[in-house]
Formats: sequence, structure tokens, C-alpha cells
Amino acid sequence: MSDQTSGKAVPTRMERFWDSDLWWSFKSHKSAVGAAIVLLLVIITAFLAPVLSPQNPYDLAALELWNAELPPIWMEGGQMPFLLGTDVQGRDILSGILYGTRISIIIGIASVAVSLVVGIGLGLMAGYYGGWIDNVLMRIGDVLLSIPIVLVAILVSSVAQQFLPPAFREIGVAAVLVLAIAMYSWVQYARVVRAQTMVERRKEYVMASRLVGTPARRLMVKHILPNTLTPIFVAATLNFGLAILIEATLSFLGVGMPPNQPSLGTLIRVGNQYLFSGSWWIVLFPSIQLCILVVAVNMLGDWLRDALNPKLR
Amino acid sequence: MLAFIIKRLANAVFVMLSVTFLAFVIFRFVGDPVDQMLNEQATQEQRDDLRERLGLDKPFLLQFTTFVGRAATGDFGISFRNQRDVLDMISERFPATFELVLVATFISLIVGVPMGVITAIKRQSWYAETMQFTSIIGISLPSFVVGIGLILVFSVWLGWFPAFGRGDTVDLGWWSTGLLSHSGRMSIVLPALSLSLFQITLVMRLVRAEMLEVLRSDFIKFARARGIPARSIHFRHALRNCLMPVVTMTAMQIGGLIAFALVTETVFQWPGMGLLFIQAVTFVDVPIMAAYLCIVALIFVVLNAIVDMTYAVIDPRLRGAEK
Repeated sequence: MSDQTSGKAVPTRMERFWDSDLWWSFKSHKSAVGAAIVLLLVIITAFLAPVLSPQNPYDLAALELWNAELPPIWMEGGQMPFLLGTDVQGRDILSGILYGTRISIIIGIASVAVSLVVGIGLGLMAGYYGGWIDNVLMRIGDVLLSIPIVLVAILVSSVAQQFLPPAFREIGVAAVLVLAIAMYSWVQYARVVRAQTMVERRKEYVMASRLVGTPARRLMVKHILPNTLTPIFVAATLNFGLAILIEATLSFLGVGMPPNQPSLGTLIRVGNQYLFSGSWWIVLFPSIQLCILVVAVNMLGDWLRDALNPKLR
Repeated sequence: MLAFIIKRLANAVFVMLSVTFLAFVIFRFVGDPVDQMLNEQATQEQRDDLRERLGLDKPFLLQFTTFVGRAATGDFGISFRNQRDVLDMISERFPATFELVLVATFISLIVGVPMGVITAIKRQSWYAETMQFTSIIGISLPSFVVGIGLILVFSVWLGWFPAFGRGDTVDLGWWSTGLLSHSGRMSIVLPALSLSLFQITLVMRLVRAEMLEVLRSDFIKFARARGIPARSIHFRHALRNCLMPVVTMTAMQIGGLIAFALVTETVFQWPGMGLLFIQAVTFVDVPIMAAYLCIVALIFVVLNAIVDMTYAVIDPRLRGAEK
């Protein structure tokens, strides 16, 4: 709780951040700090996967069948360098997890980014112009929210994959997943931005800005949008966790990432088949990693929601 | 009031039409149904014949209206893979899913409500804080991971409960139940637990939030002033005022649970509608996919509409709130 502001007259952006309520609240929440550290570790190790992992799990030439189904290192029969054991093809579990986490995180971030752009854009338009644009957009949103999300995502993902040309398969499946998840989550952002925009639109600063002839697009993006961002920020954090979950669920059900480009969900799907043969490590470790990742994100989101809520200050 | 009901019904019908349209688009454009139903040696005449019989030569809009008309009478056509009536296949799987959802809902209320009350009245105690903390974890854990964990611990390691299937079922006319046989009851424990975990945390958090609100109100303060024992205040006065939102949320969640049960059913190989749907997805058996989408959406939409309308009857403020 040390005061970090210097004696300078105008604090820089960074200094203002160190002195802000948000940072103070973060420091005093043990679970938030813990979650942030864990999340950072998970992300860093995932993106350093090619450096850290003892084996490239996609390189079929690196796999040796006599290394198949080795247990973790602390059990009898465990071998270096396979710290967490291997699967039936002799693939190192730890390497698979690191690469898989990277795919899960990338899909999560991409789908949040896509739904943010779409949701904010449409929400601004609906709130600012009103009328039929508003009506149509909100009706579409209503319909989407009236159907269970998993179902829509499964259908969109499985149907779209039928139409993918073989050349695009690798990147195409990931893109399809991103769209299937984003298709649902933009509604939430659009609703929040729309409601806030309708309030801001009538305020004097917007009127004044309109009077001096600011074009509508600039008005929306530069003046109204910054005032709607706080709730969006919270929703985006929580949705990042949700996106990772949905992707994992789809992959687990077999309509997500294929086994040659496994995300955490695919690893769990594959490992699940060996649950009864005694090789529990194939399924357990990816599951634990997925849980750690999602729990950390949700705990951060939970803290952020309380910290940014003016009523709870 | 009447205007509200009509509006709400119109909304429900609109949603159902959109879903049916989505189902129809999938039905019509994912692969050619004729290719799926005939083998490769079929002659062009056979193909044209089938195309005509299925009505695939008609204009798009006419096909859609026929599809809607048939769907409304429960005719979703014939499964590509099994050559059986789709509605029959789904309705014989329905009891399994419904029992699973019912038991899961029951568990979530039995466990979630007391936990919510405790975390609200003993807010500062260590166990309330532990429960609150674990509830974040409970909400974050993917349901299929929970299922796999339960299987690993209780079936593979301890061997207490069966890991897959539904056990023996008893036929009661058109309804087959697993709840009347011992193996059936043992089989439903793990899937219902894994399906209810998310629900438990949801109920707990809702009850906690509502209780905190109610405990602050004047009539509770008055009850305290009258010297009514704390137990009675918490459970007879406060909890009763929290139950309405819990009931509505439970009702609304049942639709979602029926849809979400497909994940649990896949993990536990539970022979319900969801497993049928997932198998249909892997074999691109489009009539089943389309029918499942329509039926689950119908349950979902009808439940939501009923809940909304009951709410409007109870709470008049909501009637005008739609504007």
C-alpha cells in the first residue's frame, strides 16, 4: 500500500495507473493476484511451447511407438524426458498440453476479439440511430439468445466443416470455431453498448459535438464509445473464459479441433478413450490444465466485476 | 395484460420459425439427401424418382412451408442411417434425458438452497467463504471434465458406481424409467451429479444474493425486534421470500439443461436424445439433427414463455416494461 506517486506535477500514464483505485483493489485481493500470476504463467509457457517442450507433438517422425503409454516420471516405468508420461502413439503429454493450451488461448482471444468488434459496432449503430436498424439487430439477438448456445455452436461448427475445402482444413477449422463462438457472444456486447449509447446520445456533450459538425462515425467511436467501455471490459474477461470452455466442449464432442491439431478439449477427448485401460494420465493432465486456465480467468473476471462496480466501492 | 401475452406468444412463434428455418437450411443444404439415402449404384431414374418423392424438385419457399407444416405435426421424416421414423427415435430416447435432467435439478435444489442460506447468514465464517470461493471453481469447471473426474474416481478407482449406460429400465406404457430398478438408480448418480454441479453453484449464488437483500429489509428487522428466534427468521421469513426467483430460474434452466445434457450424455454414454444427436452429427444424419434442434428449441422457448407470462401475472410492473 505504499504511495507510488512521485513529486512530479503531471503524473505519466503508468504512474497514474500505479496510483489508481483499480491497482489498489487488485493488490489487496489475494485471489486476484494469485489468479493473475497463474494465468500469466499458463500463457507464457503456452506461447514458449516450441522452446520449452521436450518434443514437437505434431512431428510424426519424432514419435516412437516403444515410448507409448509411459506413465508420469514419478511412477514406476516413467522415463525422461516424458515428465507427465506419453499417450498411445508415444506423444509426450506435457508437450501436447503446452501446444494445446496455445491453440485454446488463441481461439479464445480471437473469438472474443471478433465478437467485441461486431458487438460494439452493431450496438453503437443500434443505439445511435435507433429505428429499424435497432429493431432488426435486437430481434436477431433475441432469437440467438432464445436457443441454447452449445447446440448452435455444435451445429454451426459441424455444418461449416462440411464445406471446408481440404486445403484450408487446418486453419479453417479454427476459424469456424471462432465464428461459432463469436456468433453468440456479440449479442451481449451489443446490448450493453446499445443501452449505454441511448443514454449518452441525449447528453449535452454529444449534442454540442454534433452541432459543430462532427461526423456520426467519429462521434460514436471517439465520444460515445469510451463511456461504454467499463462493463464491456468485464464482460469480455468473463467471455474469454466462456469461449475457452465452449471450444473445449466442442472439441471434446468431436466437432472442434481435429486430433492432428489438438486443443485441450481434443486431448481430453482422445485421452477419455483410455480411461478404462489404466492410462489415466492421458486424460487427467490436460483436464487439470483446462480447469486451471478457466478458473484463473473467471477469478480475474469476478474480481474485475466487483472492482469496477461503483456501487461496491 | 392480454397485449403482453399476445406479444410474448408472437415472440415465441417468431423464434420457433427462425429455428425451424435454420433446421431447414441445414436439412436442405448439408450434403444432398438423395446421395445420402441411395447407394452409389442407383440409376438416374431412381434418383429422380426419390427426388420427386421427397419434394426436392419444388421451389425453395414451398419446400420450407411444407417442412414447417410437417414439423408442426411431428413429422420430421426418416433417419438416413437407420431408415426409421425420426420422431419415434427421439421420443423413445426422451425419457432417459428427462429423468437425468429431473434428478439433476432435484439435486441442485436440495444442495444449492441450504448452501446459499448458510453463505448468506454466516457471511464472515470460514466455511461460508470457502463455499463462496469453491462456487467460482464450480462455475468454471467444464461439465465434461467433471464427468470424467467422477468416472475416474468413483468407477475406475473406487468401483462404486457404473460409468456408462442406464442400467435396467422398467417400461411403463410409453415411458421407460430407470428409477425403479437398483442398477438404474446406481447408474443415474454420476451423470446427474455432473450435470447438476453447475446448477448447484447457480442456485447457491442466487439464494445468497436474494437472502442478503431480504435480510436487510424492514420486516426482518421488525421480526428480530419481536424476538423471533434466528432460525425461524432465516428459514420461515427470509427464505420464503427468496424462493420465487429460484423457482423461475430453475424452470428456465430446465430447457438449457435438456440441451446441455448432450455433453453429459456423451461422457457417460447415457442413451438419451443428446447422445442420439451427437451420433447423428458424426454420421451427418441430417433429419435427426434438424428434428433435435427443433424439439429442444421448442421446449426451451415454451418454458421461457410460460415463465415470463407467470411473472407478468404475479408482478404487474413487468407488463409495461417491454416497451
